[in-house]
Amino acid sequence: MGGEELIQLLTPEGERRQSDDYESSLTRDEILGFYRDMVIVRRLCNEATSLQRQGQLALWAPLQGQEAAQIGAGRALAPQDFAFPSYREHGVAWTRGVPPADMARIFRATVTGGWDPRRYRYSLPTVVLGDQTLHAVGYAMGIQRDGADEAVMVFFGDGASSQGDVLESFVWAASFQAPVVFVLQNNQWAISEPTSLQTRIPLYHRADGFGFPGVRVDGNDVLAMYEVTRRALDRARAGEGPTLIEAFTYRMGAHTTSDDPTRYRVEADVEVWRHRDPVERVKALLARSHQVRAARFAEIAEEADALALKLREDVLAMDAPPATAMFDDVYAEPHPWVEEGRRTLSAFLTEVAP
Amino acid sequence: MTTMTMAKALNEGLRRALESDRHVLLLGEDIGKLGGVFRVTDGLQKDFGEDRVIDAPLAESAIVGTSVGLAMRDYRTVVEIQFDGFVYPAFDQIVSQAAKLHKRSAGAYTMGLVIRLPFQGGIGAVEHHSESPEAYFVHTAGLRVVACSTPNDAYWMIQQAVAHDDPVIFCEPKCRYWDRGEVDLDHPPAGLFDAVVRRPGRDVTVVAYGSMVKVALQAAEAAAEEGRDLEVIDLRGLSPMDLDTVAASVERTGRLLVIQEAPPIASVGSEIVAAIQERCFYSLRAPATRVSAFYVPYPASKIEDEFRPSVDRVLWTLDQLMEHDS
Repeated sequence: MGGEELIQLLTPEGERRQSDDYESSLTRDEILGFYRDMVIVRRLCNEATSLQRQGQLALWAPLQGQEAAQIGAGRALAPQDFAFPSYREHGVAWTRGVPPADMARIFRATVTGGWDPRRYRYSLPTVVLGDQTLHAVGYAMGIQRDGADEAVMVFFGDGASSQGDVLESFVWAASFQAPVVFVLQNNQWAISEPTSLQTRIPLYHRADGFGFPGVRVDGNDVLAMYEVTRRALDRARAGEGPTLIEAFTYRMGAHTTSDDPTRYRVEADVEVWRHRDPVERVKALLARSHQVRAARFAEIAEEADALALKLREDVLAMDAPPATAMFDDVYAEPHPWVEEGRRTLSAFLTEVAP
Repeated sequence: MTTMTMAKALNEGLRRALESDRHVLLLGEDIGKLGGVFRVTDGLQKDFGEDRVIDAPLAESAIVGTSVGLAMRDYRTVVEIQFDGFVYPAFDQIVSQAAKLHKRSAGAYTMGLVIRLPFQGGIGAVEHHSESPEAYFVHTAGLRVVACSTPNDAYWMIQQAVAHDDPVIFCEPKCRYWDRGEVDLDHPPAGLFDAVVRRPGRDVTVVAYGSMVKVALQAAEAAAEEGRDLEVIDLRGLSPMDLDTVAASVERTGRLLVIQEAPPIASVGSEIVAAIQERCFYSLRAPATRVSAFYVPYPASKIEDEFRPSVDRVLWTLDQLMEHDS
């Protein structure tokens, strides 16, 4: 699965694997750290799904199956780098230090953003598919003009790969040799549509046509994801231009909590991918080759449970803002039509519906 | 005071903006060596370099989308959309991203970008080169929209738009690019969104913007010969609109006539008429009226003079307006 050019450093069974081009330089503690990241984001994601089922979130987009793709890429980012998500990148958000409660805010529908993107150097979710790829290239053009030692990473999916904006962003990144790393998480499904509807060739091959390197990585292998994205970021910072990284993975859950995957895919396919679980293979490696004991795994599970409980408490405490918050920050400078609306609604709320 | 064309005034205004702040960039198709199809950016790449006056690959969504990304890093990009009819590929990036990111980021992202839009017709062009799409943008909260009509305004308003922290759609009436006028290089004429009274009058308030300001002034000259004294207001700001200036005038004249090149339905003129009706109902002596283009796609340009409001059609409508006298 994934073809012969798939870069893999850790097999689904948790065995180290040789690659001609890449080698894992990670220490035991670093691998354990990635394991902890993946366990935590999976646990947080399960909690958020439960919160949605209990009516506490309007929607949730689960990441199950894509933990390695997101943690590997997210941990490869240097502090000064900037990343642009689509809307399922809770794992990347975690690596950038975004508090889990802030990730949930947009899904609680109390705000349309959730965090300060400049503080975390991590932009806001982008729901119109692929729009963020152009923002990433523009941001990268700013880095070039500042002469800064920074790179940009942008996330999108196999579905978004059909969007014009994504393809335009490839043209621009190539023309301007922008310091940007495109991380295409191919999770095989764009809601109900299989990747075969979006492309007749492996998606990473598309980079060839635009004039920059493309690679396919086992997106369920956190070691490979880390090494490949780190090298692409180094390359970008060195002024050598963009890279397309196709993280070959699988969306184990639904597209969102509003979706029903049983209508379009069979359980047997999901079962195949269950054996390629990104978290279990790292656990197997750590237990077998690095002598991590059961007690340490249990501690991590407990920490994840505690964070999930904190997420639940934070979400339940998240109240709707005052209605007049809709008028805040629409413009950087006051706009009379916005202020007219604020006055009208305030008067109505005061006089009629206090 | 110096005299120059509107195209040259924009060029000089952009030059000053580029000189004043290293974060100001120009981005568009053919704006470098060619100087833009209307030569508005003539010579600027030579003087400021290819990193600041950037020839763009031919992709309007990317032109605006990358400008949004540059704004996230505090750059102020002045985008040139080559012609009005080519802005639609960028529509999503304008209305879904540029317009919303200040709000969504609770003010962390400042969307200081200017989208220059050569708009309106009157140059005998082929299709997609003569449109008036301003109402789409006026309708979208998060954007600001302005239209210049004179070289002096062009020179100052482009600089004011670049300095503004919100995204500004900057509409330039392309049929006026080669009109000459006085430019005061020392003092701005008004704020970016202020309406300006171009001709004081007592009988009718005439509101126009962009190309139609000149038509309104010519109509006022002709009407004066018939003893009708028109007050002509150049709206300049389309979002926000300086309705205080319009309302103050209507309260004196009792009559409102809006002239616009756009089709009438759900237009800038619709908003002016509705707002003035709400604010000045008891001052109106006749129905607030629009002279517009028609609700059809922009026609073949051999018949555009009948599509666009002309001096004669303005005067014809004015006659009907005056018959309502109470």
